[in-house]
Amino acid sequence: MIEIRHLSKWYGPTQVLDDCSTHVAKGEVVVVCGPSGSGKSTLIKCVNGLEGFQQGELVVDGVSLGDAKTDLTRLRARVGMVFQHFELFPHMSVLKNLMLAQIKVLGRNPDEAATRGLALLERVGLKAHAEKFPAQLSGGQQQRVAIARALAMDPVCLLFDEPTSALDPEMIGEVLDVMVELAAEGMTMMCVTHEMGFARKVAKRVVFMDHGHIVEEAPAMQFFEAPQSERAQAFLSKILHH
Amino acid sequence: MGDFDFSVWQPSLPFIRDGLLFTLRLTLIAMSGGIVLGTLLALARLSPNRWLANAASLYVNTMRSIPLVLVILWFFLVIPYLTGKPVGAETSAMITFTAFEAAFYCEIMRAGIQGIPRGQVAAAQALGLSSTQTMVHVVLPQAVRNMLPVLLTQTIVLFQDTSLVWAIGAKDLLKAADVAGKNYNRPVEMIVLSALIYFAICFSLSIAVRQIQKRGQQ
Repeated sequence: MIEIRHLSKWYGPTQVLDDCSTHVAKGEVVVVCGPSGSGKSTLIKCVNGLEGFQQGELVVDGVSLGDAKTDLTRLRARVGMVFQHFELFPHMSVLKNLMLAQIKVLGRNPDEAATRGLALLERVGLKAHAEKFPAQLSGGQQQRVAIARALAMDPVCLLFDEPTSALDPEMIGEVLDVMVELAAEGMTMMCVTHEMGFARKVAKRVVFMDHGHIVEEAPAMQFFEAPQSERAQAFLSKILHH
Repeated sequence: MGDFDFSVWQPSLPFIRDGLLFTLRLTLIAMSGGIVLGTLLALARLSPNRWLANAASLYVNTMRSIPLVLVILWFFLVIPYLTGKPVGAETSAMITFTAFEAAFYCEIMRAGIQGIPRGQVAAAQALGLSSTQTMVHVVLPQAVRNMLPVLLTQTIVLFQDTSLVWAIGAKDLLKAADVAGKNYNRPVEMIVLSALIYFAICFSLSIAVRQIQKRGQQ
């Protein structure tokens, strides 16, 4: 589903991604972790073309992102993304947030889009809040709406960029529950997250990054029980003991 | 005080009303036209196309560096040369004000567009919206909402500035008061009347702006 081969990216003279290669198969959940500034968010933003890259190859669902002829807009419509700061549209009701791209991008009629939107809100437990504005919801509720908004496009895979980092501790669980459910249903997911509990529970593989490199990539259990690289060991000892 | 005679207000009211209606119409047209044109100019200034951005900023900076009354006068005099026939003072005023105010609304809208967090644009793009759709459905509605108090304050300034059409003899509120004052030989009383009307409208508008600001902060 997602093939990343020898990807490198520079911001001016600074190299932020250095020869990164990994893949996510259909139905797989892959967690990307690493210290801040390691390039993990940049890597995931390359997958739907929000960030460009200078070298290497990136193929999503058969579409090559490096190809100048690729219609990025069309690809993005099929790849869902959930952001750290939710990024719901504050001037629209929750339901309108879910309907906008369905109508404008997929060409669904408003009734169809509303039906689909309400079904997804019900699924994340927020149907009663459909007519509210994002600012009236808690952070955890907003992030669940954001997941529903991504799902409304019937994506082939979902990208999560630190979906729980901006949340109060007591709200993290409700968002992770939705993500665990999605994983169980076979959704293809690539998640940048520090939630190691989530990674243990649902990730097939863990990709560990540092300084723009993919330092280690291993099946989740193996990564947590016996990390190979020193940097991964140091990272895990820091975040697991706090 | 005994020399004032405010009884001239009564017979001059229909005259004043016509002047006021023109002033209001001019304000509304220049506001709506100015905001639309100003938004297009703002988009041009923010465009990655260097030529377009430079042309727009040349236009905006020129307009903002020339006294309004000069633009009004110049436009009124130059149009007959360009079109071969004169347009009335009223039409000329409407075109001039729209073009002039657009430069100011442009800068407000530019600040509004730049104030929208980049994450909003990223989220719209991630859903597959094109850049035009992102602008129309996500960025501009938020920019207008955030900038509403500033847009309205600019409109209050515009409303007051419409009195400058006096220079080309358009029959606005001030001109009507001036003419009525001459008719009844009571210029001071009539100027006081027009000042009261300007004040009442501007003052209520600024109260409205304050209410909107308060609501925005909640």
